[in-house]
Amino acid sequence: MFQTLIMPMILQALLTGGVYALLAVGFSLIFGVARMLNLAHTAFFMLAAYGMYYFTYRAGLSPVPAMVVSLILTTGIGAASYKLFIDRIREHHVAVLLVTIALAMVFQEFMLLGFGAHFRESPPLMSGVWQILGVRITYQQLLSLGIMLLVLVTVWLLLSRTKMGIAVRATAQDTEIAGLMGITVPTVLLVTMTIATALAAIAGAVIAPLWTTYPYMWLNPLVMVMVIVVLGGLGSIKGSIIGAFIIAIVETLIVFLVPAGAFLKLAFSLLIMVIVLIVRPEGLYGVAFEEERL
Amino acid sequence: MIRRLLKDFQGDVIAIPGRLIALVFFLLIFILPAITKDPYILRILIFTNIFVIFAVSWDFLSGYTGQVNFGHALFFGVAAYTAGMLNHYFNLQPWATIPIGAIGAVIIGVLTCFPALRLRGPYLSLVTLAFPLILLAVIKAFPDVTGGEHGISGLTRLSESRVTEYYISVIVMTISVLIMWKLTDAKSGLVRTGIILHAIREDEIAARATGINTINYKILAFAIGGFFAGIAGALYTHVMRIAGPSTLEMTLSFNAVIWCVFGGIVSIYGPVFGVYFLYPLLEGLRVMPEIRFLVFAAIIIAVLLFMPEGIAVWIRDKIERECPRCKLSNVAWRHECRACGASLR
Repeated sequence: MFQTLIMPMILQALLTGGVYALLAVGFSLIFGVARMLNLAHTAFFMLAAYGMYYFTYRAGLSPVPAMVVSLILTTGIGAASYKLFIDRIREHHVAVLLVTIALAMVFQEFMLLGFGAHFRESPPLMSGVWQILGVRITYQQLLSLGIMLLVLVTVWLLLSRTKMGIAVRATAQDTEIAGLMGITVPTVLLVTMTIATALAAIAGAVIAPLWTTYPYMWLNPLVMVMVIVVLGGLGSIKGSIIGAFIIAIVETLIVFLVPAGAFLKLAFSLLIMVIVLIVRPEGLYGVAFEEERL
Repeated sequence: MIRRLLKDFQGDVIAIPGRLIALVFFLLIFILPAITKDPYILRILIFTNIFVIFAVSWDFLSGYTGQVNFGHALFFGVAAYTAGMLNHYFNLQPWATIPIGAIGAVIIGVLTCFPALRLRGPYLSLVTLAFPLILLAVIKAFPDVTGGEHGISGLTRLSESRVTEYYISVIVMTISVLIMWKLTDAKSGLVRTGIILHAIREDEIAARATGINTINYKILAFAIGGFFAGIAGALYTHVMRIAGPSTLEMTLSFNAVIWCVFGGIVSIYGPVFGVYFLYPLLEGLRVMPEIRFLVFAAIIIAVLLFMPEGIAVWIRDKIERECPRCKLSNVAWRHECRACGASLR
């Protein structure tokens, strides 16, 4: 019971939660700072996973340099697409929505053209298995978990301790006043977009050896990320992380314990979000602004 | 009487290029079967007309009240499944199932109001995204009743002849678009909803302060938007002859947003233009199947980068100019207003 059910469940929940947390933090950061919903966010997650596959199996690099290259490339693509496409229409909120979803479609189609609609796998960064209490955990799972937690802590420190982080948070609170205090808002927006894309890319690169990579892999995480940020409160980093793990635990429980759970996991997560919002319309950690409530 | 109508026609249609274009456009689609009876073209245009109703209903609900709905497929799918099940299990004919399906969508629309009215902005968008996906999971979980992945197939055709189907779609589309256009017309002397919806979108607190019950009007917007989206959904099932899970999917919800924003939001004619441009385009791109969606997405990005307000609105601003004194629309190349003579430069 313990070995076959509970430990795999905990492991699965932690891994899924880590991926969701990384994605949701980035999504939430962009929303908080630029007030826009970046629907292309999880497409960068997909790009990084494909980068891992391409640079290891096709280009022949060993996993660690492949990861570094794919991270840098994906982050570069993210920053460039912000500068080229999103920045100039930032004032038109619905147009941003549409351009980002079109961008995600473009990435997806490029991957389909380049690699076809096949399920791909990437080699693990570390091979080997760790036996604990009779449960087998691969080193790759431990490593992925470790990297994700490390990155989450780093982002937290970056946002709360450094000058840049304070500038980012100030811009999120009030763009105009931040500008008056001498913060270069366009730079902060670009930095935020870069950090957020890098987070998505890290999630994609560390999970690529464990999950399968395919061109439509951005769609489901996109829905989950939206659920999570609403649950945690849009723009709140703490809320996003906690929301990610709540949703991951719910998903894992449904998949393991309920028959036909794979169909229902999305429905249950969405139901939880709806219930939370009916009780607390600003999410778990969101701030209720007077003019935004009514 | 006839003279007055003619005079109104001259002042309100001929003098405004946008409306003249709309008139010519509707005349064209009415006489189209006289030019070609090709079943493939007619089929594409039938779907185009159906999606025009769907996209315009999104604009009515989301554009005019500012409640960006990411789950508009909910209404489409509910009506599609209601019509499909009534036809399959009770053998009701399309003239009965389509209105019942639309009413089903209205009921669902009013029900979704209760959580939606507490929320604003992006929270509302993301919650509305959830509803069709929840329903989709329920449908997939009970394949015995709903047909699961494959849906309910073998439904009655809307009409035996393709041309009749085409005319049904054109007439229903024209009437729906005209009704929604009238309901949102802020300058209308007939109905007040237009100006009230505008007021709610611009400043909800001010609208409440002037004594408008904004809650009632939001529910009304959900009901009317749901009704027309439902009509589109029910028509779609009877043309496709299948009520399947694709009517509830996220792609369909996002398509409504894509069509509206591409054409120009808050305009009613924007989505009409958007669907008539993009849907046949996507079908035409089938000649190069590998890069079909790539070209489609690239066109959307390119257009929005240069015309973020939407293509139809951009064109309107090029050919029409509003008189600064009397707010009457004028042809862009006039030097003074046609009614009050104020200078337009």
